This record gives sequence, structure tokens and C-alpha cells, in this order.
Amino acid sequence: MRALPRRAPDLLVWALLIAMPWWMPAIGGYTELASRVVVMGLAALALNFLLGYTGVLSFGHAAYFGLGAYGAAMTLKYLAPSTGLAIVVGVVAGTAAALLIGALIVKLRGVYFAMVTIAFGQVFYFVTFRWNSVTGGDDGLTGWSRQPLRLGPLALDIQHGERTFYYFALALFALAAAGMAALLRSPFGRTLLAIRENERRARFLGIPVERHLWFSFVISCLFTSLAGALFALLNNFTDPRALRWDLSGNFVIMAVLGGMRSFWGPLVGAGVFVLLQDFISTRTQNWMSLVGAIFVLVVLFFPRGVLGVVRRRTTA
Amino acid sequence: MTSLLAVDNVTQRFGRLVAVNGVSMLVEPGELHAVIGPNGAGKTTFFNLVSGLFPPTSGRIYFDGQDITALAAHQRVALGIARTFQVTEIFPELTVNENVRIAVEATCGHHLRLFLPRRLEAEVRERTRELLDTAGLAGKSDRLVGELSHGDQRATEIVMSLALEPRLLLLDEPTAGMSDQETYAIAQLIRRLHRERRLTIVLIEHDMRVIFHLADRITVMAEGALLAQGSPDEIGRDESVQAAYLGSPR
Repeated sequence: MRALPRRAPDLLVWALLIAMPWWMPAIGGYTELASRVVVMGLAALALNFLLGYTGVLSFGHAAYFGLGAYGAAMTLKYLAPSTGLAIVVGVVAGTAAALLIGALIVKLRGVYFAMVTIAFGQVFYFVTFRWNSVTGGDDGLTGWSRQPLRLGPLALDIQHGERTFYYFALALFALAAAGMAALLRSPFGRTLLAIRENERRARFLGIPVERHLWFSFVISCLFTSLAGALFALLNNFTDPRALRWDLSGNFVIMAVLGGMRSFWGPLVGAGVFVLLQDFISTRTQNWMSLVGAIFVLVVLFFPRGVLGVVRRRTTA
Repeated sequence: MTSLLAVDNVTQRFGRLVAVNGVSMLVEPGELHAVIGPNGAGKTTFFNLVSGLFPPTSGRIYFDGQDITALAAHQRVALGIARTFQVTEIFPELTVNENVRIAVEATCGHHLRLFLPRRLEAEVRERTRELLDTAGLAGKSDRLVGELSHGDQRATEIVMSLALEPRLLLLDEPTAGMSDQETYAIAQLIRRLHRERRLTIVLIEHDMRVIFHLADRITVMAEGALLAQGSPDEIGRDESVQAAYLGSPR
């Protein structure tokens, strides 16, 4: 009975995403900017899988984003001219690191967890920053570009067609979003909500909390590294800023700005963040101070984020 | 006959504080055993030791003959030990139905599943509905638990523990902070679980009416140590208990 109104927000989001290459120029943007919204949106959704739905704050997600980016970039530069392989390597690199680091840190809670995620993130940052001969160091990794996709007889020129690349990124975004939504609707996802709501109660229902936190962390990092790989492909470039801790902070800002208790909130937050960044940074170097001011206002007056407000209006 | 729960000379130190000092206790199957004592007597710490929140400094704990001293909390749950807390521990921003359903799914080992086949889905729903009926919560199943009255939140927590199909239920001050009416409703619920389901229950309680109404046996603790054990009649007559707890007669 309530199926129609409940599906309505989803339909609206997908319609806006599919039409973005058309409406983006109308508000002064361009196709690459649309791709950046989708890629950052994916990273923010992935972070929010952990933050909003498991209740764990990570300040080190840029590490997995950056591993995805470098995995993809180095595959194309050193290994093989295959976009598909590049993405797979990027995701595997990020996920493998998350499996290892996650296992070490799931016993920590709250600010300690956040601090340790920063620390591990900075390890990866300094490795890429220092290891000039392989990673290109501070100058970033150049001298490669994404390659056209060949799926059997079908060839997609995502190399030169910006719009084609946008839809390629959107397709992967859709797969990832559908995957995360399905996970959250499952008994496993409900258990994550239970841990977010009350860890002690979850434990005394016989749920092995640490193992679930570990899985949630790894799933979140897997999709974050997918976003990172796409980000490198989008720019045909990556540099150590892709794994620096301030990017981790940006992901958190996006999630909180848009509303971390709603599935699409972080995407909205990422959209607002990326557009503001692009529009204001052409006029002033200090664009971050404006984003910061908006962030403070949102947290003070709309603690549930942009979508939290919209939702309250529509249900009230 | 072996006791369901046997606690053997258990001690818990926190630094220099001895919270529980050499306490032993036997709980027989089907018994409703009350643990009483003044504030700071170590009752809740004792519960934490039995339920596995932390291991004791010394002493051993046996459940149905098996040494469980070294087992983690979730492993003890799997053996059949469920508990509630002094401060109600529930999932406030989820509905009553979701709260109980999560407990049912956890019990059936579904908590790692990514989807439920139709048969299991029907089973989980049916079991959830049954449990909600037990505590008279069926009419409130779509409300957020955080919005319910204190008494209904307690009832939800007890029902979630029941979902685990426990062989031993530990209730830590289930009527704390409740109105008389709510206290009566919870006491009736506990009595039904004990009488009708033959559930073995250990209960920490301050309300003497509840204790003498429900308990088969009583353990009295004071300053971390065991003071007395016996039937409600024996405890009511015991002079050391009266002196330490009920107040000395003038």
C-alpha cells in the first residue's frame, strides 16, 4: 500500500542522476563535474554504510579510496592497458588492506577507532608520498590514461567520450548502491543496525559484534576503493592527496551534511560539497571556509542533515 | 541431579576494591532465585560474571555441569544464558517488531545471512509475533521502542531475552524505577514465565513485595560477600539479614 510513496524518493534520485549530464551545464557545471559528483557520492555512501548504519566513525577512508586510485593507475601504467583490470586491481588492493587493518582495529571504539584509522591512513599517504620511483611521489602518477572498454563485440569509448564515461561510472555506482541497499535490508544489515543502536544488547543476543564490525568495515572500504579507482580513471591522474586524511574528513562532512540516517543523504551531501568546491574555488582560494560555515550551520540547526529535514517535512 | 548453574567461590577485584568476595551459589532447574542486598553489595557485578561480561579474578562457574568460566558472553548466550540489564538495553530507534525480530534472527543464527528463504522468513515472523503476544506488545509493534513507556521498554527487553530460548534467564532489577502498576505487570509476566514455561530465573530485585511474591529461594549479599541463602521464610527470619538489610528491629 505504501509502496508507491516509499519508492518515490528512489525514482527521483535515479531520474536526477540519469539526467545529470543535461542539467549540470544548466547550473554552470560540465560533464566531468557530474562524474565527480557520482564518484564522490559513491565514496560517501560507502563511508555511511559504516558511519550511519553500523555507528562507527572512520577518519581514514581516504586510504582505501587512494589504494583504489593507485591500484587502478599503476595497473594501467605498468601492467596492462585494461580499464576493467585496473578497477579490479584497485578494489582488490583497497579491500585487502581493509581486511588486514580492520581485523586489527575492530576491538577499538569511538575516538580511539577514529584515531587509529587516521594513523593507518597516513601510513599509506607517506608511502606514496615518498616512494617517488613507483608512485611518482608528490607530483602524482601521470603518463597513463583510461582505455576504451571492450565487452565482447561491444566497444565503449570511455577514453574520449566524457558522457560515455559518466554513464559507465553511473552504472558501477548503481551496482554498488543496489548492493549496499540489499545488504542493509538483509538480516545481516538489521544486525548492523542493532550494533549501532546498542552494542551491549547485541552482544547479549549472542551476536559476535567484532566480526560484524569487521565485515561492515571491509564492505564499506570495498565500495570506497571502487570510488577511488573511478576517481583516478576520471582524472587520468592520481596523487597522494587521494589518500590524505583531509579527504577522509571530506567524506565524513559529505555524509553528515546530507544526512547519515538516510540512504541517499551522503549522495546529496557529496553533490552539495563537490558543486560548492567547484563553483567557489574558481573565485576564491578559501572555498573551504564557506563549506565549513555551511557544515557548522547544518550540524547546529539540522543535525539530521539536508535529507533529514526534507523527510521530516514530508512525513509531518 | 546437577544444578543448572553452579557458582563456586567466585571473586572479582577491581584494583583494590573487592566487588565480589568468594560467593558460591547453586540454582536448580525450574527455580526462581532472587539475589538481594543493599546498594553496592556486588549483585550486578555478580551477574556480569555469570553472563560473561568479564571473567572473574578467581573461582569457577559451571552451567549444566560444563565449566563456562572462560567463555565469552556470546558463547554463553549460545549455551542458553540470557540477561537483561539494570538500565534497559534495547535498540531505541528501531520498532518493537524490529527489536524482537533481530533477537529471533540472532537466535536462529541468521545474523550473517544476506537473504531469508520464504520458509525461514515465515518462521521468523511467526516466532516474533508469538513473542510480542506473550508480553502484550502486539498492538505497539510498529512504534519505535524509544517512544514507549518505561514498563513497555522493559517488557520488550525481557521478550528479546526470551527470543533466545534461554535455559537460564538473568533479570537485573526488572522493576527499577517503575510505577506500582508497571511493577505489577512485569511481576505477572515473570511469574507466568516461571510457572507456565518452567523457566529458570535468577532475579536481582529491591522491591520486597516482588521478591516474596515470586522467589523460591533467596541469596542475600552484603559488601561483596554472601550473607545468607534460603527460602523466603528462612530469609525473613534470619537475624543477620534483618540487621544488614531489612533494618534491625528496635
